[in-house]
Amino acid sequence: MKAKKGWKELPEGLVLEAGSSLNFETGDWRSDKPIWDEKKCTHCLICWIYCPDSAIIVENGKVKGIDMKYCKGCGICAEECPPKIKAITMVREEK
Amino acid sequence: MIVVARTGNEAMAEAMRQINPDVVAAYPITPATEVVQLFASFVADGLVTTEFVPAESEHSALSACVGASAAGARVMTSTSSQGLALMHEILYIAGGMRLPIVICLVNRALSSPINIHCDHSDSLGSRDSGWLQIFTENTQEAYDTTIIAVKAAEEALLPAMVTTDGFIISHSMERVEMLDDKDVPIFLGERKVINSVLNIDKPLSFGSLDLQDYFFEHKRSQIEAMNTCLPIIEKAHKEFGDKFGRYYPIVDEYKMDDAEVAILCLGSTGGTAKVAVEKMRAQGKKVGVIRPRVYRPFPKDQLLKALAKVKAVAILDRAETMSGQGGHLYNDVRAILYDAKSHPLIKNYVYGLGGRDISIEELESIYDEMFAIQKSGKVDKDIVYFGVRGE
Repeated sequence: MKAKKGWKELPEGLVLEAGSSLNFETGDWRSDKPIWDEKKCTHCLICWIYCPDSAIIVENGKVKGIDMKYCKGCGICAEECPPKIKAITMVREEK
Repeated sequence: MIVVARTGNEAMAEAMRQINPDVVAAYPITPATEVVQLFASFVADGLVTTEFVPAESEHSALSACVGASAAGARVMTSTSSQGLALMHEILYIAGGMRLPIVICLVNRALSSPINIHCDHSDSLGSRDSGWLQIFTENTQEAYDTTIIAVKAAEEALLPAMVTTDGFIISHSMERVEMLDDKDVPIFLGERKVINSVLNIDKPLSFGSLDLQDYFFEHKRSQIEAMNTCLPIIEKAHKEFGDKFGRYYPIVDEYKMDDAEVAILCLGSTGGTAKVAVEKMRAQGKKVGVIRPRVYRPFPKDQLLKALAKVKAVAILDRAETMSGQGGHLYNDVRAILYDAKSHPLIKNYVYGLGGRDISIEELESIYDEMFAIQKSGKVDKDIVYFGVRGE
């Protein structure tokens, strides 16, 4: 990670380049993270429907993984994954 | 130069006409109503090219000012009392975004009780919002300072309030020497804009979210601007003086060179105190006036220099901090005196709330009390409420 700037290096009046929210990886907030088990997954896409952050990566109708840059660890995907499948489990985020 | 008779409000509106700001967004309020009312007529008569935005509240008015200023416009407005209070949220935004908006502020008491007359609770209640604050004594000074403030604000990249005392100055007609219309835009030049929201070749985000990791750094930068802007304000005043012949100090000292005691006050009371000084000096009493024109940033060095000249100072506050510690000016002055090598005895007179007049004779009585304090070496009571019944 880049070193954060000191106050003398910042432009006066809080002016940023446009669209800078794209640089902001909101997955930083996470305290729990989902672990997706590809072998168990039936690609029903219920997790994709429920994910409030569009963090379930789907290609050609199949789950490919979870976008950890934006996943906030809410656990809805693990909760909604059908009980008989249980392809997603939540574990403690360790940094 | 043209000599005219103008009220404080008329003089400020005339200054705004000559400045010809790009945008004025305003909502009228007594006793500042005339400033924008007259300005609106200048717009209607085609005397200015300003985009005039009649907003639905002061909150909206200053918000529109913020947007226009971020676009790079030269922006002004005017308000008073409850209007400034309603702007309070946006005052901090203009300060934090470093937008050099100028408010012509007419000082008036804040409710409750409802009152339309002068005290300083509105402007002093906004003293921590990151705006330059300049208090004026009379109509001429209000007119000149309105023009100077635009220059100072744009060079410091800080918003500024220029205040007059409600009714006492805003509605009193005085002799005013106005500048030629053509000279004011030449003096001010174009506003230099570093960043603009309207620059489509370089899209930028303004006033964005800023959390634990950067907020403090951005605030520190703003604090530095406030800490270091006094020389910029001084320079703007000097440039005005060099060009037009009227010089104004940061702290106005009147007959202070040989004074033994002094009154320290803001705004129009300075003028009344100067008359009291003349009367008392005719009787051989060496008295003076210290009047900070610039209140924010607080001119510590200039005030310490003035305070060191006398043995006793009456600090007059036309507002109360409701802290059990007297008025704003008193608290600020006490703070800077803490590490001064020697300091005068000081006494706080909270006076004139809700527009109650203070007379020449009353100010003379305060000077007499200062002489008694000087003689005894003791302050009987450090904070008094002057001119209130029942004390």
